[in-house]
Amino acid sequence: MSTSARPYDETVRRDFGGYGRTVVREGELLRHPTYTRFLHWTVAIFFFAALLSGLAIYAPWLFGWLAPLFGGGPMCRFLHPWFGLGFVIAWAFQFVNWRELMSWAEADRRWLRNIDRYVKNEDSIEPEYVGFYNGGQKLQFWEILFGGALLLITGLLMWFPEVSGRISVAISYVLHDIAALIMLGGIFIHIYLSTIGQPGTFQAMTRGVVTRAWAWTNHPAWYREVTGRDPRADYEEARRRQAERARAMAGSERGEIKPERGPTGSPAD
Amino acid sequence: MATERMFQIQAISGHVGTIPGRGTQREVEVCKYIDVSTCIGCKACEVACVEWNDHPFRETTFNNTYQTMPTTEWNYYNLIKFNEHEREPDGTLMWLMRKDQCMHCQDPGCLRACPADGAIVQYANGIVDFNQENCIGCQYCVSGCPFNIPKFNASTKKVYKCTLCSDRVGAGLEPACIKACPTGCLHFGTKDDMKQLAETRAQQLRDNSGFANAGVYDPQSINGTHVIYVLHDITKPELYGGLPANPVIPFTYTYWKWIAKPIGLVIALLGLLAVFFHYIFTGPKRPQPEPMEDEV
Repeated sequence: MSTSARPYDETVRRDFGGYGRTVVREGELLRHPTYTRFLHWTVAIFFFAALLSGLAIYAPWLFGWLAPLFGGGPMCRFLHPWFGLGFVIAWAFQFVNWRELMSWAEADRRWLRNIDRYVKNEDSIEPEYVGFYNGGQKLQFWEILFGGALLLITGLLMWFPEVSGRISVAISYVLHDIAALIMLGGIFIHIYLSTIGQPGTFQAMTRGVVTRAWAWTNHPAWYREVTGRDPRADYEEARRRQAERARAMAGSERGEIKPERGPTGSPAD
Repeated sequence: MATERMFQIQAISGHVGTIPGRGTQREVEVCKYIDVSTCIGCKACEVACVEWNDHPFRETTFNNTYQTMPTTEWNYYNLIKFNEHEREPDGTLMWLMRKDQCMHCQDPGCLRACPADGAIVQYANGIVDFNQENCIGCQYCVSGCPFNIPKFNASTKKVYKCTLCSDRVGAGLEPACIKACPTGCLHFGTKDDMKQLAETRAQQLRDNSGFANAGVYDPQSINGTHVIYVLHDITKPELYGGLPANPVIPFTYTYWKWIAKPIGLVIALLGLLAVFFHYIFTGPKRPQPEPMEDEV
């Protein structure tokens, strides 16, 4: 399976040098190897540490109650740049890990043109051109790259005011806030879509696997790439089987034996 | 560091909502008037400041001048700045000495920059005071100040500056530096009185002492200050230890902060509202086909 960028050895990515294990059961596909998951959660921890401590500095009248989590206002201010640095470093690895998967393509332009259908949830399964990441995910990736770069530059200027001078600190202060708040808006969408917004997604970042049905529903081109099968055909097949089972179960209520059922959504059960 | 009850409060940093008690009582604006032309550089004011504020003796820095150290420090609020200046056109030597400390601006850049609720307050009498218990050590005030006055203490992680002896003024006393001055170069009183005194002295310097450019330093770019100087040459305040001719608060603190910060917050909260209402309006996107009811 070639699920991610080529330069890395597949085994290292999947098992992270032997430190991790990803169990792919029948009817499931490997989505994120251990290495990717490790990076994702490292980035996430630093992101939220920086976010919460940053909010306490940004508006103490509104978020001052977060400051005690980090030892009070001054400690918050002291730790915040270090959290930010941790975020940037962890994210740099994630950037290298994902940059090829995230490269903008014609399919993403099409996705963006049809974003209203995505938002309104009009298609039962996504268009056949949607690959490992859709246009929205890629947008978020690049937003974090440019937002993170802006946060890093303005953050360094504010961290060393004696070097940068008061005017650059004053400008950085506002730019830093804007970049952070845009990313905060983005993180709400990210968390929503990876949990209750699209059930079945969260396990991709915990166990590292998704169901085949999830894959053909949300990322049909990726499904085709890793399985060599036609996502729409498999989806139709699963629907047909489901209808059969419904008929059989209707029969079993009349006294027939209930048929054995395979993993949900698996076409080969 | 006076208690907030002592003075009527005029402005509070990082504060949302009304300012309790503002405008309920008549208050006179106080002012320090420093006549640079009669300063002899004795540094009695420096000593008095250190003494009144219970600051420990600290190491001085010798830079081939009489100046105690390059700038004010977190525990050294008051510093005489020395400058040896050759007058034009005859090259006569002038020894310029200016008492540097917080200017207690009418429009304080520190207070505008400060995000912490109540860390910086401006009293109705014009004193700008830091309340260290509310300070979060972000040091934005340092970048907001046009006079390089607030100084960070790395061990307490908080910022300090001249209080205009708010604790003395609140008790009806003049600031410690004023009390200590032996030449009468330092004066303390209401802003109106001090302004009048300063204008009279500037007129004397212009008429009788050959300083045609003598004038009063009370910069209007920040709506005036509650420390005013009489300078021999008002056209070149930079000669007096880098006093800015036109002190400005960075535009990000005066305008942009109040526009950009709310807009940013709205964008962030729109993300939250968007996903909430998306769930309400369209609901989740489940893997298809969805399991039948009896399979769940």
